[in-house]
Amino acid sequence: MSALATRKKLLMALSTSSVITLKINGEKHTLPVDHRTTLLDALRERLDLTGTKKGCDQGQCGACTVLLDGRRGVACLQLAVAAEGREITTVEGLADGERLHPVQQAFLDLDGFQCGYCTPGQICSAIGAIEEHAAGWPSAVTDDVRPEAGPPPLSADEIRERMSGNLCRCGAYNSIVQAVARAAGAASGTDPVPGASVHGVTDSKETVA
Amino acid sequence: MREFGYQRASDVAGAVALLGADPDTRFLGGGTNLVDLMKTGVERPARLVDIRELPLGEIESTADGGLRIGATVTNGDLAAHPEVRRRYPALAQAVLAGASGQLRNMATVGGNLLQRTRCGYFTDVTKPCNKRLPGSGCPAVTGDHHNHAILGASENCVAVHPSDMAVALTAFDAVVHYETADGPGESPLGEFYLPVGDTPHRETALPPGALITGVTLPPAPVAAHSRYRKVRERASYAFAIGSVAAALDVRDGVVHDVRLALGAVASRPWRAGAAERVLAGAPATTDSWTAAADAELAAARPLPHNGYKVTLMRNLMVAELTRLAEEAAR
Repeated sequence: MSALATRKKLLMALSTSSVITLKINGEKHTLPVDHRTTLLDALRERLDLTGTKKGCDQGQCGACTVLLDGRRGVACLQLAVAAEGREITTVEGLADGERLHPVQQAFLDLDGFQCGYCTPGQICSAIGAIEEHAAGWPSAVTDDVRPEAGPPPLSADEIRERMSGNLCRCGAYNSIVQAVARAAGAASGTDPVPGASVHGVTDSKETVA
Repeated sequence: MREFGYQRASDVAGAVALLGADPDTRFLGGGTNLVDLMKTGVERPARLVDIRELPLGEIESTADGGLRIGATVTNGDLAAHPEVRRRYPALAQAVLAGASGQLRNMATVGGNLLQRTRCGYFTDVTKPCNKRLPGSGCPAVTGDHHNHAILGASENCVAVHPSDMAVALTAFDAVVHYETADGPGESPLGEFYLPVGDTPHRETALPPGALITGVTLPPAPVAAHSRYRKVRERASYAFAIGSVAAALDVRDGVVHDVRLALGAVASRPWRAGAAERVLAGAPATTDSWTAAADAELAAARPLPHNGYKVTLMRNLMVAELTRLAEEAAR
């Protein structure tokens, strides 16, 4: 270890704050933080990235879901200082210019929300869930988790289980399940999954209206 | 939250040295339990040593045919690993039954073993709790204890261990490996969690200042035929009110090998040794499953509001053994 690095470590040990650089949506932000600052508070209160929402602030509601190195996680239990060096993606970083991310578009097309407060977390979580499924990850409702059984179809039950870390107090769950199914189908080039049209609600809101 | 210093460790020896023997310092893994407890004041460390970047993130086969799981492997990666799913499916199922997708991507294996009980009196700093504040009393014994222990508890503490992962690891005889300033050490998971007695604040056999580096699973052919079943108060994303990790190998209608461990019934993952002894060499019949469950639960001492757990655990054990026997017969 270099003398400089050793000195930096000792200083950090004594100090209760640090100057950190966070890489968010491809952009670097350098800021001093009290070590107690969560990534959620750094995003919202320090960097004006208020798309990520604060719900319970104790890891139970999923409103603050972001992507950390491409995987979904909750920003309220992630210390900002410990997020240094990681690729952070928030809802603000999903669209490609004016073109929405397919999951954003699906939520919009299928009314996957009512008040919208949980939506940024739902969307980030859905992106992570769809990628986990595409990578062959089983879930708690997967009948046979052995790799020989192959990946489970992304049924409504699978989507509900995989999205259970995101609460929606408006109860827009039926539309959320449909939106996730449609986005997953678009990502894999297949039709929306059978069974994702739940409780007699058809897949397309346009035809219902 | 109390102010704290923060350091990031890059190697195991450095992490152990940084922690030293300082009782006010904590290792930080995924933080899903520690940060939460710091917010509520249950944990008040003066310094955190971040171990997430340590080279302990691999799952490897061991020479004897078991698995070695690094301490910083996330729950998500553990449950997705093909060898875990193939050789120890109940372990993958147990991990998937816990928390949410987001939390599983953050939480680590080492941290999972050291997570604290979710007893409402432990997590509320305005209440007495012998685990949090030794000698202050246990309001759960006469208060809200509908999800508390029926086995191995004492009048000093009736809290249950919250982990699903550790229940499956216990069933499969996992060994916890750790590093201290004096060198490495290990502890079978069955002896890792200490009896409650009159010291509920002392939870594990981990020496002061030790860092968990990983867990090894010995080879266990029976584990390929295993299941984890969790019962909770809602369909997903809740702690267990009862769970079972079971593995069964039936040959010629007779139990050749069996593993049983129970969750949410004690201060530690509960290896159902009495049930396993009843089943050794027993015919693979419903009568055997029932006799085994009854043998294990003979030691149950339910409280006024958690007697349902005795029935629940009996039914769970019988149901899972029945299903495994049916699968074996196919």
